[in-house]
This record gives sequence, C-alpha cells and structure tokens, in this order.
Amino acid sequence: MLLALAAVAGAVTRILAFTPYEAHQGAAQKIYYIHVPAAMSAYLALGVVAAMSIVYLWLHDERSDRLAESAAEVSFVFTTVVLVTGPLWARPIWNTWWSWDARLNLTLFLWFVTAAYLVLRGAIEQDAMRARYSAVLGVLAALLVPFIHLSVYLFRTMHPMPIVLKPSEPSLPREMLTTFLIASLAFLFFGVALIRARYRLTPLLRSSAGGGNA
Amino acid sequence: MQASPPSLLSAAWIIARKDLAVELRTRSAFLSVLVFTLLGLATFYFAWDPSAVAAVDLAPGVLWVTFTFAGLLGLHRSFGMEAQDRAIDALLVAPVEREAIYLGKALANFVFVGTVLCAALPALVLFYNLPPAPALAALAPIALLAAIGLVSVGTLFSSMAVNTRLAELLLPMLSLPFFVPIVMASSQASTRLLAGRPLAEAMPWIKILIAFDLVFVVACTVAFPYTLEE
Repeated sequence: MLLALAAVAGAVTRILAFTPYEAHQGAAQKIYYIHVPAAMSAYLALGVVAAMSIVYLWLHDERSDRLAESAAEVSFVFTTVVLVTGPLWARPIWNTWWSWDARLNLTLFLWFVTAAYLVLRGAIEQDAMRARYSAVLGVLAALLVPFIHLSVYLFRTMHPMPIVLKPSEPSLPREMLTTFLIASLAFLFFGVALIRARYRLTPLLRSSAGGGNA
Repeated sequence: MQASPPSLLSAAWIIARKDLAVELRTRSAFLSVLVFTLLGLATFYFAWDPSAVAAVDLAPGVLWVTFTFAGLLGLHRSFGMEAQDRAIDALLVAPVEREAIYLGKALANFVFVGTVLCAALPALVLFYNLPPAPALAALAPIALLAAIGLVSVGTLFSSMAVNTRLAELLLPMLSLPFFVPIVMASSQASTRLLAGRPLAEAMPWIKILIAFDLVFVVACTVAFPYTLEE
C-alpha cells in the first residue's frame, strides 16, 4: 500500500512538473492523466466483481464474495473520481459541465449499477443470502455493460476518441505518453492495493456490524 | 395412478394463469397501474411548453418513461403477493422446476404490462395528437419488445427485492439501470419511426432491443433459482 501511494505521488509530481502543456487545451489537459487511469482501474475492479460473482455462484466460496465486495467499493470510488474529474475538464474545454454524450452515459451508468450493488449488500443481513444476491446482480450487470457500450458507438460522440489504445500508433508525443503510462501504472497499482486492504478489513467489519451473524 | 409432473412450459402456464386469476378477481393493481400511466402521460403534457417542442417529438420519451415507472409498480406485486403467509413455499414445494416459477410469473407480468399498454398507447395517440394508424403500427411492436425486456429483468429483481429490508426502494434501484438500454433503444427507434424515417434507420435500435430480450430472458431464467431461499 505504501508503495502504491508513493507511486501515485510520483505520478502526480511528474504530471504537474515534468510534462509539457498541450497546445490547444493548456493546463486543463493534465486532468487526462488522472481521469483515464482512474477509469482503467474502475473497469478493472468491475471486472473483478463480475468474475468473482461467477466464481461465487459456481463454487460458493466465501472469499470470492469478500473480494467482490472490496472490488465493488474500490470501483465505486474510482468511478466517482472519473465522474468528478471529467466535468472539471469539460467546463473549460467544452463550456459545459456535462453533456449527455454516450461515453459519459456509460460511466454514469456503471456508477449507478455499482451503487445499486452496494445498496443491495447493505439491505441484507444474512451473509449467505447477501453473497448469493450480490453475485446474481454482479453477473447480470456484467451482461448489461456490452449493451450500454454498443449504444455508445451507435451515435457519434463528442468525447475524445482513444488516442493510446487504438489500432494505429499512439498519437501522443513521447513525454506525454511516458507520463500517461506512469500514471496508469500508478493508479492500477493503487487500485489493487486498495482492494487488498479492503479485503483484509472485511472480517473485522462483519464481526463488528453483524455481531457474529453466521 | 399418478400423473407425471407438468413440463416446464405447461408449469409456467399454470403459474401464469394463477397469477392472472388472482389479479382478475381484485383488479386493484391493474387499475392503479393504469391510472398511474394515464396520469403520467397527462402530467408530462402539462409540464411542457408546446411552442418549444412538437408533440410528436415529445411523445416517445414520455411514453417510455411512464411505461418504465408504471411497470415497476406492477412488478413489485409479482412476488409481493407471495410474501403474505409465505405463499411462496407452496410454489417451492410443488413438483415444478424453479425456472417454471420464474417463467410463469414473467408471463403473467407480461400480460399485465401488455394490457396496460393496450390502454396507454391509444391514450398517447389521443393526448399528443399522433396520427393513429402509423403511430400505433410503429409503437406497438416496439412496446411489445420493450415489455419483454422489462418483465424479464423486473420479475427477477422483484423476487430478490421482496426478501430484503428495503424492498420498495430496492426494486427501482436495481431495475432502473437495466431498463436504461430498453428505454434508450425504444425511444430512439420510436422517435425515428414517428418522424416518418424509414424502418432501416430504426433497425439498429430494434436489434438492440431484440438482443437485450434474448440475453436477459435466458440469463434471468438461469439466475432465478439462486434467488430463492434454500
């Protein structure tokens, strides 16, 4: 965890001090180095939730449920970061805080689904039922995402198209690409560290809240 | 002589008939959902400035939003009725597959929603001044596809929500994210068709609706047994 925090601190320093300004967008473009890596971590965590949900329904292993719960909370936090940094960038660049653009919809939507997952977990006290129901929701949510994603590409979008992960060569200049990669790794690392920390915390949280519910 | 247990589809049909018979006797849920739908359609009309947006542009959006919330009202009672006196246990003990319970309830909900739509669509045509024949021809098939998606997801979440503390809050929270693709695809398709665009323009959205229905009917049928208490 300490290493992850150090990595994030290092990335932020690099973003602020060592990366050149982009020609058209100026300082606001630097939010990109936080916004996109946070989105990547959020998606990764959501993937963990989906995978662990399937594993739970198949194997009924309590640890996969704990991991799904931790990953869902971390994903929620990172998606919130994406949804906050996005409008902060958008205001100076697009002159609007929010546009009902398809990719924004997808992210907002994932935020709602993750929130629904966490509310569902909060509404059930028995561990086994909670694990089962969350796993069902997790699997269905995983099925839902491609549908939303499809609608993203059915209309033309205002949101910047991918400039790194695309078939042709990345169109970022060298220093920016390096910063981006450093920031991505730092955030991914941080995300994994947060999930692990939360996972270790789960038994303590459950015993204090449930008072030993079987 | 012992009769063999019913097959999946006939069991589903029996359960659907039971639910519909219960509903037919009291008609309370049906009437409240119907009134809610009509009120919704009318309220949106009052809330909007007719010089700003043409009625034909507003109508599809209003229809799908009202349809979604009205559907939620109806869905809650689907498993809510079984919670009284633990009636669900009788279903669980019966020699029918768990999936048949889900399919039966989903079918009953579909008939319920379809009947409400039979009143809501003409009301929409009336309130928003749509040309009756083309509008109904465009909206009815889309409404049917949307209804299939709505009831498949909603029935599953109804069975989950009814077992939790926050049942009435949880059902909308769980279901609405899943209704979004339905609403999006239906609105996009019906807006285009009502504006007189060719069918080919609306086809991508209709295909999304069909795909959604196929995927989620199967997925929810498979997932349903996990939501029943052991």
